[in-house]
Amino acid sequence: MADDLINSFMNGPDEQGRFGIFGGRFVSETLMPLILSLEEEYEKAKVDPDFWAEMDDLWKHYVGRPSPLYFAERLTDHLGGAKIYMKRDELNHTGAHKVNNVLGQILLARRMGKTRIIAETGAGQHGVATATVCAKFGLKCVVYMGAHDVRRQAPNVFRMRLLGAEVIPVTSGRGTLKDAMNDALRDWVTNVRDTFYCIGTVAGPHPYPAMVRDFQSVIGKEVRWQLAEQEGEGRLPDTLIAAIGGGSNAMGLFHPFLDDKTVNIIGVEAGGKGVDEKMEHCASLTGGRPGVLHGNRTYLLQDDDGQILEGFSISAGLDYPGIGPEHAWLHETGRAQYVSITDKEALEAFQLSCALEGIIPALEPSHALAHVMKIAPELPRDHIIVMNMCGRGDKDIFTVARHLGFDMSDTEEGRDLDD
Amino acid sequence: MTRPTTRIDAKFAELSAAGKKAFVTYVMAGDPDYDTSLEIVKGLPGAGVDVIELGLPFTDPMADGPTIQLAGQRALEAGMTLERTLQLAADFRKGDTTTPIVLMGYYNPIYSRGVDTFLADAKEAGIDGLIVVDLPPEEDAELCLPAQAAGLNFIRLATPTTDDARLPRVMQNTSGFVYYVSITGITGAAEAEASDVGPEVARLKAATDLPVIVGFGIKTPQRAQTIASISDGAVVGSAIVAEIGAGKPVSEVLDFVKSLAEGAHAG
Repeated sequence: MADDLINSFMNGPDEQGRFGIFGGRFVSETLMPLILSLEEEYEKAKVDPDFWAEMDDLWKHYVGRPSPLYFAERLTDHLGGAKIYMKRDELNHTGAHKVNNVLGQILLARRMGKTRIIAETGAGQHGVATATVCAKFGLKCVVYMGAHDVRRQAPNVFRMRLLGAEVIPVTSGRGTLKDAMNDALRDWVTNVRDTFYCIGTVAGPHPYPAMVRDFQSVIGKEVRWQLAEQEGEGRLPDTLIAAIGGGSNAMGLFHPFLDDKTVNIIGVEAGGKGVDEKMEHCASLTGGRPGVLHGNRTYLLQDDDGQILEGFSISAGLDYPGIGPEHAWLHETGRAQYVSITDKEALEAFQLSCALEGIIPALEPSHALAHVMKIAPELPRDHIIVMNMCGRGDKDIFTVARHLGFDMSDTEEGRDLDD
Repeated sequence: MTRPTTRIDAKFAELSAAGKKAFVTYVMAGDPDYDTSLEIVKGLPGAGVDVIELGLPFTDPMADGPTIQLAGQRALEAGMTLERTLQLAADFRKGDTTTPIVLMGYYNPIYSRGVDTFLADAKEAGIDGLIVVDLPPEEDAELCLPAQAAGLNFIRLATPTTDDARLPRVMQNTSGFVYYVSITGITGAAEAEASDVGPEVARLKAATDLPVIVGFGIKTPQRAQTIASISDGAVVGSAIVAEIGAGKPVSEVLDFVKSLAEGAHAG
């Protein structure tokens, strides 16, 4: 699709749930009536002021929104170029952006009379957010998590259990996030009557990519007025940067600015050990090609036969072989640019954020920050970058310690971490 | 829309004329390896199988239970691909020109190869129909319509969640037969109540002239007989795949298939 044929980048998806050729509803017949009824309910809720009033109330009093837009002064001085702002979604209740979306979906589930919530989780942030909101509303919660992630994210597993959720370690396939999503879909297809599938990212069959994006767009909408407040009426960011696994925090930041042509938009994929033929990365756009998985067509890491490959990243939250279909479309239309950052670069950014700003970031936004470090020095001082600090790093300190050669095996919390 | 008669259409006409119910089996292509799998598939018609569903291995079989997932993993580990799956069908065809083969799997390997290329190759290999689990009627333009135009049947799954309002849409571009998934769940799970299945089959038959075959959760000859008696035939997959997965010799696998066939044909 040529750029001049598009009046707006904000109108997608179409009635078939497509963003260009991406998206769609590639699910089994058993699930099709369920996603149609979800779509119907969401279309109603979307235009219901009561629904949004309840969301706003919960966002404010339960989540702590709006999250601050913070001028990272020392980091800016250190890099010596563009002016860097951080959108502090790591300060949300539960420590990440995930809860923005979960609240929306759980309110929908309640409207639909569903009593049992299922979710997949990679790093555990979406699982914790889902378990949290389920506890608040007294709903049964079952979280599918790859057995490998259960080991490397032990603190989040315990959090979910404290919150009353049942955490099911997934050993099918290779026991990773994509397998957790497969098992969640298997659960849903089995428990169609009472169960609501709360997907954690802007992927899956229509209407999930659009719905999750809409719930996360609170991030970008806040950035718009917060930046105007701090930099003057009408001042837009020059560059937006966010990390991408499935891509929900990025979509939330980007979407409200898609039609502002002066705003550069950059998504940062997990480059793992480097985006090359060894495929030890999770960079679906830079290292994959279009395919169909988990209900949507999008860019996927796959072999020549169309078999899905495992991603590789230091960050469990980015360790997914696909990406939200709207990102695939933004990539193909050229509206957004997608780059990749290696584990090593992300670790450097992690440490810099700790040292200069007193903010321990999650490994996911550390990827976004690493790209900021790459481009900021070359940009003029009046160039404003907003990066999404979408999660806090408490969950990652053991992983980081191991990579930095710091032995925490004697500490109480470090025990039982076998990898 | 008149469609070319396929081996599937011919088989059901033959069964109907003989007053017999259909026995349909699913096995994963290349499980546990190419040669063993081919030997099993070659033995199926002799064991009483009317229609062969040949599983196309995929890394992420979202609608399948552990038995078929593991079969797919075994096949992939043994080097199975879409191309080799078609080769297996072609090798079978050399010795059998009448038993219908339905390729059953997920869309990505097909999409990855390219729909037009795939359809030409599948036709050439002697495939008669397709069941693609993650292509509901909403996505008919992807593969269903091109497949029918290429002379292949596109067999749709109908499920307990397919309500009356939706049923015409599900039936619209279906050909060959209709596969009724008798439970909400994955392959190899619990069996449905026969008292639930009967009325559902009647509901589907009121909406189509195609044969209605019932599958999911059928594991024994008795069960195959019960299900076949209230429908146009029974499908058994996981129970057979489990025998293959347990490393049973081909002759024992085929003996088990034979017992199931006798059950279904008594239905």
